[in-house]
Amino acid sequence: MKLTLKIWRQAGPQAEGGIRTYDVDEISEDMSFLEMLDVLNEQLINDDEEPIVFDHDCREGICGSCDLMINGEAHGPEVTTTCQLHMRSFRDGETITVEPWRAAAFPIIKDLMVDRSAFDRIIARGGFVSVNTGAAPDAHATPVPKESADRAFDVATCIGCGACVAACPNGSASLFLGAKITHLGELPQGQAERDTRVASMVAQHDHEGFGGCTNIGECTSACPKGIPLDVISQLNKDLRTAIRHGH
Amino acid sequence: MSNPALKTSDPSSPDDPQQHDDAAGYYVPGDPIADTKAPGGPVEDKWDTRQFEARIVNPANRRKVSVIMVGTGLAGGSAAATLGEAGYQVKTFCYQDSPRRAHSIAAQGGINAAKNYKGDGDSVHRLFYDTIKGGDYRSRETNVFRLAQVSTNIIDQCVAQGVPFAREYGGLLDNRSFGGVQVSRTFYARGQTGQQLLLGAYQALERQIGAGTVQQYSRHEMVELVVVDGRARGVIVRDMVTGELETHLADVVVLASGGYGNVFFLSTNAMGCNVTATWRAHRKGAYMANPCYTQIHPTCIPVSGAHQSKLTLMSESLRNDGRIWVPKDAKDADKDPREIAEDDRDYYLERIYPSFGNLVPRDIASRQAKNMCDEGRGVGPEVEGVRRGVYLDFSEAIGRLGRPAIESKYGNLFDMYARITGEDPYEVPMRIYPAVHYVMGGLWVDYDLQSTIPGLFVAGEANFSDHGANRLGASALMQGLADGYFVLPNTIRDYLADSPFEKIEESHPAVVEARESAEARINHFLSNKGTRSVDSYHRELGNIMWEYCGMERTEDGLKKAIDLIRTLKDDFWRNVKVLGTGDGVNQSLEKAGRVADFFELGELMCIDALNRRESCGGHFRGESQTEDGEALRHDDQYAYVAAWEWAGEGEKPVLHKEDLVYEAVKMAARSYK
Repeated sequence: MKLTLKIWRQAGPQAEGGIRTYDVDEISEDMSFLEMLDVLNEQLINDDEEPIVFDHDCREGICGSCDLMINGEAHGPEVTTTCQLHMRSFRDGETITVEPWRAAAFPIIKDLMVDRSAFDRIIARGGFVSVNTGAAPDAHATPVPKESADRAFDVATCIGCGACVAACPNGSASLFLGAKITHLGELPQGQAERDTRVASMVAQHDHEGFGGCTNIGECTSACPKGIPLDVISQLNKDLRTAIRHGH
Repeated sequence: MSNPALKTSDPSSPDDPQQHDDAAGYYVPGDPIADTKAPGGPVEDKWDTRQFEARIVNPANRRKVSVIMVGTGLAGGSAAATLGEAGYQVKTFCYQDSPRRAHSIAAQGGINAAKNYKGDGDSVHRLFYDTIKGGDYRSRETNVFRLAQVSTNIIDQCVAQGVPFAREYGGLLDNRSFGGVQVSRTFYARGQTGQQLLLGAYQALERQIGAGTVQQYSRHEMVELVVVDGRARGVIVRDMVTGELETHLADVVVLASGGYGNVFFLSTNAMGCNVTATWRAHRKGAYMANPCYTQIHPTCIPVSGAHQSKLTLMSESLRNDGRIWVPKDAKDADKDPREIAEDDRDYYLERIYPSFGNLVPRDIASRQAKNMCDEGRGVGPEVEGVRRGVYLDFSEAIGRLGRPAIESKYGNLFDMYARITGEDPYEVPMRIYPAVHYVMGGLWVDYDLQSTIPGLFVAGEANFSDHGANRLGASALMQGLADGYFVLPNTIRDYLADSPFEKIEESHPAVVEARESAEARINHFLSNKGTRSVDSYHRELGNIMWEYCGMERTEDGLKKAIDLIRTLKDDFWRNVKVLGTGDGVNQSLEKAGRVADFFELGELMCIDALNRRESCGGHFRGESQTEDGEALRHDDQYAYVAAWEWAGEGEKPVLHKEDLVYEAVKMAARSYK
């Protein structure tokens, strides 16, 4: 395949960025999108141009590092991570536009790389069960209904990639937040801190500059792990309960 | 200072059985080495004894003690969280943008624990025995017993944190079975167990960050170790965003920086996994043990073409329900597998190993897959003239259990396979082939997980201690969390009880030296103006390693590999091309530093493999096999850990041997027939 790539280049956080156009040839449809960028980077190095910076690591769809807007869609045309997007999803001769995540709370570091540390700071404000190492009861002491465990697992599979934020016109991280609130709220272990967790995580979310949720639903349709929209209802419900309880 | 772990006896006696030492001339024999920290007494009591004997730092003094943790995956994240809870001042470093992205997240299958919840006869002793045997009697008995002991606490800890393990309808935890094992002791969270365990550790870590006991530095890479008066006292790290070199000093340094499988370029490791943290420590005096011990995982998606950047693993748990086969007749290799009659299929693992069948350990499954393909009975596309794939077939299980049952157990794995290959595994059998997955070699540590540099501790995949020559499924997660939650936090306190340590200034000559050496490397790469990209060197090095130091090794091949590596390494230093500057994000520069270390490691791996003229675990020496082609171990000659000392630039490495002593189990030939 032959492709024309229009890629966002930006030398640093304060530098002005812009789209540059590159051509690549001999792209196989079995390559992942990131392998295609590897090929382009080798070509750029040969031409004495600095390679394009992008975030990636596991390349098997689980670490959540990759964060590209492809033709205006988070991770590209398929609902998956960019590393699991294969070139068979594109046509020979196509022009593809590649940009970094677009959200005020995810500032650009360089080229296609953004800073998502706001997610860590949200988790640090309550996205956990407080239990010190070695203080745990036997794992069978508290049975967990299979339905609850399955539901908790389904939403705990969030990879923290930020596609939900990038896809949301408001730049809200409510899907990310709702997934964690729902995961821990489904389990008996997560009950003690349920109110304080949601109150302080939401406060941090707002403090980081993420927008409010207006139930548009772009987040869930862009989520590579299929986190359902109803985690946001759960988030709102938990928040109302927490406020009623005085948080 | 002198190191208590080193015995001061004579060098190897002249009657040392070196008659087959193919590596003679490539290294210098050194003094034996021994673990001096495991207490005496029966193996069952050692850990309790050590925990009691290890001195304690009183809670009021802990906040005056500082700990540096490099790597925040399962081992590093859990250790940092636990040390933070205990009240120490902890700084953590990772190269990813968040600790949640450490490569532990990609582990799929599960984590072992001797809970015996199934009542099928499991016990600490059985888990211990299986692990020793699975490691082909090349791991340290004391460490492995402790691993089995604390395994049960791990599950309790993780459940309390809210890790959503699979449950049965009664609400109790479910288990499954893994290769090399005849009981159901593997706890799992569908095909994403590593992810859920890592998120548990990450959340515990973030809790401590929120509480202010841990300071986390993301996008920071360790580029040098600071050793002052023989003790590890800090690290030089590069801020990968600003490019700045920072000095961080502390009372103790822990490396939990994972494995080095990326020396092969193509592996199941994340792209950023590297050896630099441990290799820099090796060059400062930490011995590197059993570097040639690489695990080849049997169930990966086969290579599809030349531009491939990585190999993707399909969980070994698939072998519980999938049946592995190839056509009996090579002529059927390109047929649609659904059109090959049952009688024309060779379920070779079930045929050769009837009692374990498809659940034989990883090394055996891998080697037999290679044998089938070498015989010309492989399936899938031809890559360089050979079909490198075997079928992993679920049609029988789908017929027996129904498609929904298979979907609920393995759904995400099936989806992943379909996405990568463009084939539907519910309809057509998967194709799999072995790939480099995990390394059992790593920095040498004693029972306390302390390296040969006092004050430098090593946890998880970065150390060598628990897995021997092969690793059974679901045991790496167990080791990462055992080291991180339970072992290291208990053993490190004995070292820290000597605090307060002398305060070190950044102007100390050892600090300045470490910083300057890191700067010099960076400046070399930036000013080299060569013609070849870093990746092109890495790919070529990886090909050499896979070809000659991969699944099967021979004396000739390894010697050839060493020559090839040396030539390529010289060329790399003269001709590598890194564009851009050092004062910002520069991914080529990051890779150049890592690949430089992979070259030195790769050479040592080949020397280590040359020295070990025996087949054990996943390491098959062509010169050492039984009449029917099975791996042949030589316990009389090689029942040792090879601990290599860096002797200096261009010098031959020094080999220190630690004898492996088995008191609780009897060494036996491994048979899975």
